[in-house]
Amino acid sequence: MTTGLTWNLIEDAHQLFSYHFMVNALRAGTIVAVVSGAIGYFMVLRRQSFVGHTLAVIGFPGAAGATWLGVSTGIGYYGFCLAGALVVASLPGGGRADVGPGGHGEESAVVGTVQGFALACGFLFVSLYKGFLSGLNNLLFGTITGVADHQVTILLIAGVTCLLVLAVIARPLLFATVDPDVARAAGVPVRLVSAAFLILLGVAAAGTSQITGSLLVFALLVAPAAAASRLTARPGLGVTLSIAIAVAVTWVGEGIAFFSPYPIGFWVTTLAFAVFLAAAGCRAGADWLARRVSLDVRTAA
Amino acid sequence: MSSADASILARATSIDHALGANPIDGLAHMLSLQFIQHALVAGTSIALLSGLVGYFVVLRGQVFAGDAMSHVAYTGALAALAAGVDLRVGLFAATVIVGLALGLLGGRSTADDVVIGTTFAWVLGLGVFFLALYTTHSATGNSTANVNVLFGSIFGISSSDARTAAWIAVGLIALLLLIGRPLLFASLDPAVARARGVPVRLLGPLFLAIVGATAAEASQAIGALLLFGLVAAPPAAAQRLTDRPWAGFVLSGILAVASMWIGISLAYAVPTLPASFTIMATSTAIYAGAALITVGRRRGERRRSHPDVSAPEQPQGQAATS
Repeated sequence: MTTGLTWNLIEDAHQLFSYHFMVNALRAGTIVAVVSGAIGYFMVLRRQSFVGHTLAVIGFPGAAGATWLGVSTGIGYYGFCLAGALVVASLPGGGRADVGPGGHGEESAVVGTVQGFALACGFLFVSLYKGFLSGLNNLLFGTITGVADHQVTILLIAGVTCLLVLAVIARPLLFATVDPDVARAAGVPVRLVSAAFLILLGVAAAGTSQITGSLLVFALLVAPAAAASRLTARPGLGVTLSIAIAVAVTWVGEGIAFFSPYPIGFWVTTLAFAVFLAAAGCRAGADWLARRVSLDVRTAA
Repeated sequence: MSSADASILARATSIDHALGANPIDGLAHMLSLQFIQHALVAGTSIALLSGLVGYFVVLRGQVFAGDAMSHVAYTGALAALAAGVDLRVGLFAATVIVGLALGLLGGRSTADDVVIGTTFAWVLGLGVFFLALYTTHSATGNSTANVNVLFGSIFGISSSDARTAAWIAVGLIALLLLIGRPLLFASLDPAVARARGVPVRLLGPLFLAIVGATAAEASQAIGALLLFGLVAAPPAAAQRLTDRPWAGFVLSGILAVASMWIGISLAYAVPTLPASFTIMATSTAIYAGAALITVGRRRGERRRSHPDVSAPEQPQGQAATS
């Protein structure tokens, strides 16, 4: 950015809010962070992060194709991510943990092939649309300057819908995640709930891609949720914490990106990774303390 | 990017040769072009290496390690560019070191996918940082270098680069063949292999280092992000077509080379299509074809063995996880 940091935080914040694109970026970032913090928590709980990554990558050709055809990139992101989510939901495994890293060889090879092909299609659209080189980086690694007013509106509508649906299915979803067999026996439509969640995940991945770029969605979708799940085992508190971390990471990341020459993707991933490391460290320390205490109690007794 | 521009021009002017006259003449003209020759020399050796290494990657269930390598390759290359050294130094150093580290730390007892995913998202974020460093602080900085690392530039490869890539690929293939038998044993049944005195603990890191070097090689041809086109798709297709390990190993190499040749020819014949896309599309199509053929066959086999039971789909590649 051309503006300098004065270290007078009120002055700096004032400066930051005087740019319309920055206000839009913060609005969009907040919406996206809340949605991805909430959805991401369930995604981590269900061990579907590889699917989340794949859906985000599928969004890239959507956005590139939309740019090439001259329509809004938001349509491309949502269209492709939703289509991808529907396809994954229709697979026999429903995108559960089986398609995970280090899982069954061929299945993960197929997911890898799909990811590669999606990226190649995106590259094709980018090269068909000449003079798009900086746009390519924005699609892959995110930008804070590219959020238009109508995009914020779309993000808001999609985000609110997403959260409402999540609120409705949260209880059965949690049940179906923790113990699918018992949930099925208790009359929870496990398959339907799983499919609905994949669609929500598609919407969240599409929204997050627009801020962090298709390749860096893990920063908002996984890291805050992973950090939260290391700090608490209670779902309600976990979701709240995950949302809070995501929002904080986004705000600070966008703020630093505004005053520094380095892109938002770098700052958001670095901050999210730092929070995750800190949470993992806290957890490890607490576990160590607990072990020490129980050891002391045992030796004393 | 003068060489890439020249290649696009050459492809554009030669299109009437390629399509108008009879196909043999078109092929001869294509093969007479310098950049096609370089692309074929580098591409064939890299594709063969990727297909062969990829077979073991899929067999051992380490596809996610390949995904990690593509992130590391990007960051390594951009770090080298930002530091002003040859891009390949960063590529090979980063991928081989991370390969060894992954092998020594985790081996096959895979860490939490959440941990891996978060870490490698950050590694990629670091790559973006180096990209910004490179484009803002380097005098010669240009953004096409970034695109070439991400998506490859096989038509822009110079003759010396092509020769270097080919020799490295030959060396890596030789190394892989050398450890092939014990590696196969260790991949299919690590416990028995260890009991028989196979150095399983040594083979894991060594193999991941080879995967890293392969990722660095493939990045030069089809780009860091499209690695899977040569490392995952051909072996997945080969596993569909045969259950015998060595036949699958050879078939995977052949399919990767076929994807490369068909991809290069397609990109030559249709200049608007980038080569990385046509290579990736060909290997995806080959996998899709293999899957379609075998779905029909498998269904037939199942019906023969269980005449009236509609058994659920058998999971594939269970050998890798045994």
